[in-house]
Amino acid sequence: MTRHLILGMGVAGIAAAESIRATESGAEIVLVGDDPFGYYSRPGLAYYLTGEMVEKQLFPFTTADFQRLNVRYVKGRTTKIFREEHQIEVDGKNRVSYDRLLIAVGAQAVRLTIPGTDLEGVVKLDHMADARHIQQLARRTRRAVVVGGGITALELVEGLVAQRVKVTYLLRGDRYWNNVLDEHESRIVEKRLEEEGVELIHHAELTEVLGKRGRVDSIRLLDGRTIKCNLLAYAIGIQPRVELAKDAGLAVDKGILVDEHLQTNDPDVFAAGDVAQAYDPLTGRSIIDSLWGPAREQGRVAGLNMAGRKTAYLKSPPFNVTRLAGLTTTIIGAVGRGGRDDDLVGIARGDSETFRSLPDAISAQSGFDVNHLRLLVGEKTLLGALVMGDQTLSIPLQKMIAGKADISPIREKLMAHDVKIADVVVEFWKEWSRNFVVT
Amino acid sequence: MGFKNLFRHETTRHRALSTGQVVPDSARCVQCGICSFNCPIGIDVRRHAWTGEAVVNSRCLTCGECIARCPRGVLRFAHTDLFAEAAK
Repeated sequence: MTRHLILGMGVAGIAAAESIRATESGAEIVLVGDDPFGYYSRPGLAYYLTGEMVEKQLFPFTTADFQRLNVRYVKGRTTKIFREEHQIEVDGKNRVSYDRLLIAVGAQAVRLTIPGTDLEGVVKLDHMADARHIQQLARRTRRAVVVGGGITALELVEGLVAQRVKVTYLLRGDRYWNNVLDEHESRIVEKRLEEEGVELIHHAELTEVLGKRGRVDSIRLLDGRTIKCNLLAYAIGIQPRVELAKDAGLAVDKGILVDEHLQTNDPDVFAAGDVAQAYDPLTGRSIIDSLWGPAREQGRVAGLNMAGRKTAYLKSPPFNVTRLAGLTTTIIGAVGRGGRDDDLVGIARGDSETFRSLPDAISAQSGFDVNHLRLLVGEKTLLGALVMGDQTLSIPLQKMIAGKADISPIREKLMAHDVKIADVVVEFWKEWSRNFVVT
Repeated sequence: MGFKNLFRHETTRHRALSTGQVVPDSARCVQCGICSFNCPIGIDVRRHAWTGEAVVNSRCLTCGECIARCPRGVLRFAHTDLFAEAAK
């Protein structure tokens, strides 16, 4: 009987366990995890912080689900991998052997490296324990400072605001998330934050955390300003947890290098999720995709390969959904600065637009006070889209972009001044979706 | 939004409520569970989003609470096309 050992209790590990079980019903599956809370929705921690969710609801699997999966769970931290012996070491003492090993230990927050980060009240948002800690501190915090330019930082801001903490949000650049959002979109987010009472400071460079009796008392910026606060929350990036793999002599770049079968340079060792840097046969590059969706898909594919069903992981076009200052936002394809080239034209329309419901009554999320659509129009196809607020068009656009719909018939119309691009897209979609098999 | 459009929107919505079912787009879901947490009759919508199956549950009120609350736009109403299903 083959023994599959899965390191990590995140979505990649769980998805792998599911696909191994589905493929090889008799296999032995052992999960090893160091998070005392086991498997929960890490992205959901943001909604736990805002109070939209209670803690016990963040666990998607019940005991019955784990029984059905028929997995053994070892709680502990993997401290070493002995590839020769096909064994791992847990908590520096116990050894567990494997036939196939999956490393799915995820990523963790990049630490702040300025003086004062060891003070009580300096927090990050990686795990359930962090979220609990923030909740507890927020109760006795009046003023907080948040630093970081991406989604997690914004989630920290929103979570603290929801706890009635006065928040100052530090941005390094001139606007929020400037490598993905355009100026107008950044301003939409910033304006909504300001309406919630958040103070934004642009071009802010944090240099020091100052304490009193071991607790955060204020922070200092490069320009000399100090800001009083009892809490400093940071989210300045994540880094894959590669130390184990590195120590074991596996090929590591930024993440653990795997081929399109999620296999490392050791044929019995696989990696998936935030820790993996997967080879993409389409572009010839190895990419880390630190998102929940790809992590689940990588876990699933890794599981199939571990169970002997050779399957390639095909990276889907860039796609992410998030909520920015209360607005559901879908980002599809080449939207950020990195994806721009000369024949790519961005057109954006905001609130003045009528967002029509699709005639076949696909009724998606709607009713936002701000709706905004940006399309990135290539020579013949749509290369990207950003849908903020009303989500009616987001699935049609996702399919048109993935399906490389030939938009030549409407390109000129789209580019015309003062046209309702949402309406043009809807009309085109009606025709296109009728002629193509859409799954 | 003009009156005409508003009216059309309402009609569409009403039609979706009466003849539709809640359909997930699994690729968007992060299993946070807000949908299940807010379902007034306790359907585990999150599970449907994990498996990618529509909420085919005779108890579903199609109230739209899960659709509106989902922070990532995972859920939407779609028509229950029973006849097309039977014709396969």
